[in-house]
Amino acid sequence: MTQFIIICVYLALLLGLGVLTSRMFKGTAADYFLASRGIGSFLLLMSLFGTTMTAFALVGSTGESFKEGIGVYGMMASWSGIVHSACFFLVGIKLWSFGKRFGYTTQIQFFRDRFESDKLGVVLFPILVGLIVPYLLIGVMAAGVTIERSTGGAFPSFFAGHGVGPAAIPAGAIPFWLGSAGICLVVLIYVFFGGVRGTAWANAFQTIVFIILGIVTFSVISDELGGAKAATEMVLKDNPHVMRRTVREDDPLTRYHGDHKVFEKRMATWESKPESERGAQPIAPHKPKGISPLHFLSYMFIPLSVGMFPHLFQHWLTAKSAKSFKLSVIAHPLLIMIVWVPCVLVGAWATSAVIDGKPVIPYGFSNPNAVLVKMVAALTDPMLGGLLTAGILAAIMSSLDSQFLCIGSMFTNDIVAHYAGRDRLTDKQRVLCGRIFVVIIVAATYGLAQLRPGSVFTLGVWCFSGFASLFPLVFAAVYWKRATRAGAYACVLTAAVVWWILFAKSGYGSSRQFLFLDMMPVATIVGASTAALVIVSLATKAPSAETVERFFPKHK
Amino acid sequence: MRLFVYFLIVLLAIVHQDFWWWDTEKPLIGGVVPIGLAYHALVSLAAAILWGLAVKHCWPHDLDDDDATTVSNDGAAS
Repeated sequence: MTQFIIICVYLALLLGLGVLTSRMFKGTAADYFLASRGIGSFLLLMSLFGTTMTAFALVGSTGESFKEGIGVYGMMASWSGIVHSACFFLVGIKLWSFGKRFGYTTQIQFFRDRFESDKLGVVLFPILVGLIVPYLLIGVMAAGVTIERSTGGAFPSFFAGHGVGPAAIPAGAIPFWLGSAGICLVVLIYVFFGGVRGTAWANAFQTIVFIILGIVTFSVISDELGGAKAATEMVLKDNPHVMRRTVREDDPLTRYHGDHKVFEKRMATWESKPESERGAQPIAPHKPKGISPLHFLSYMFIPLSVGMFPHLFQHWLTAKSAKSFKLSVIAHPLLIMIVWVPCVLVGAWATSAVIDGKPVIPYGFSNPNAVLVKMVAALTDPMLGGLLTAGILAAIMSSLDSQFLCIGSMFTNDIVAHYAGRDRLTDKQRVLCGRIFVVIIVAATYGLAQLRPGSVFTLGVWCFSGFASLFPLVFAAVYWKRATRAGAYACVLTAAVVWWILFAKSGYGSSRQFLFLDMMPVATIVGASTAALVIVSLATKAPSAETVERFFPKHK
Repeated sequence: MRLFVYFLIVLLAIVHQDFWWWDTEKPLIGGVVPIGLAYHALVSLAAAILWGLAVKHCWPHDLDDDDATTVSNDGAAS
């Protein structure tokens, strides 16, 4: 019940903030979609960071470190610190400038003008929307599951428990359909009324919440394990391989052997049952094998996705001035460090933490993304558990809101306003249209999430790869005069085809460990899309002098 | 200076591939943080400092002119 009350208080605070920011709304389309281009440095930093850091920053970082060791920080966090700021500095400011000069609201408006092709928008639109939809689903499903798992016992007379084993839902827990509906409703209310300004303020609040709660959680867990030094010593004794990026022959691999014993027992039980009662075969634990240098290096391509996220493009355009970007460029790597380092350490400690002779994370525990929640539940009180749940929901919602609004904006501006003719829609009609699309998208996402397509979680990294593989397009559009319309088509189509081939090769995302040439598939896709863009651009007619002068003015 | 700052950023991306700490957890910084993690936390810190230098020395001042551009309510520049 404590956790339920904390979640409710948190959501009420968020709604209150939504009501306050909606009073600032000026009633215009430019205000709804772009906050009248008036967002200052601090709010821009918070909204960019909150949007790029999903719940993965808290629970995923801990889980990956639990699984792969501390090397995940270098692969995922420190690369992001370098590359995200590069995208903000080299691409974001330029796009903000074009947006302000030529009145853009969406990426597709820019690409249509820069590459002198209306049809390019038709090709890009389904690709960009298709890559965002799995994210929306992951967010809504993660929110529903988080609430369901953290509110057990709150309303035993209303909701019965179900399931068995680690996946069982305790009696009284807020069911998935209700929890996810609550989250969708709260996000819908502040996005509907406040537009992008509402999301910027909500993101700022939520980002502060999840940063503070991450640090508090780390500190409490560390104390409960007898201090940080004691926690680290337990890891060095039992699972030292998670503190480096290699596995040695004499490593004890205590967790792996513990997991394997549990697997053997489960397997024996599974085999002893008649075939009709067996259910899914237990999955053997992966033997740790370390991280190869090439695999580690190829992660540098993943954060390039930030350059092509449509929701981030929209946030860039809200900046008050070019100078508003300065704080984001500098502070983004620091915020990543503040959130990720404690979580990665907790993940490593979780492999070996023992209290009263029992491992805190039991052997055979097969869901790395639940490691942080499990550690908090085992080592702290319900109050901190509730606060951490609020922090996880904050991280989820601070990405969901921008994505909902961005798709609403794309449908309104790239489809309705574009094909109806800009002058045929009044300002109020565009705002109304945007709001209607936001409602439709939230409802559709909620409906799809109720089907609980489990495979959607494996699509996360593939969505990142898809956006990253289009990065050469935006970089060339901004810096290379010679990039042509045909080159742009070649880039997009090559990225789509190579992405699909590798996606199919990975068993449509079923193989989470899938590497191509010992690298993340994104490295190959980015290489192919870049080559296609350059070769076809050089082989085709240069853009018109008018377009070159427009985007690369000589006096600038 | 501009080129030097970009050179340092490229250098940071190169030294990110720290093969020299690959197979060791020691030294432990403060007895807690393995060197492979501490080094990359330092890389994040260095990234913030270098992007700070880029903001100071590589800033696209020509774009500051756009701050004065007015935009009408429908989003179009005027």
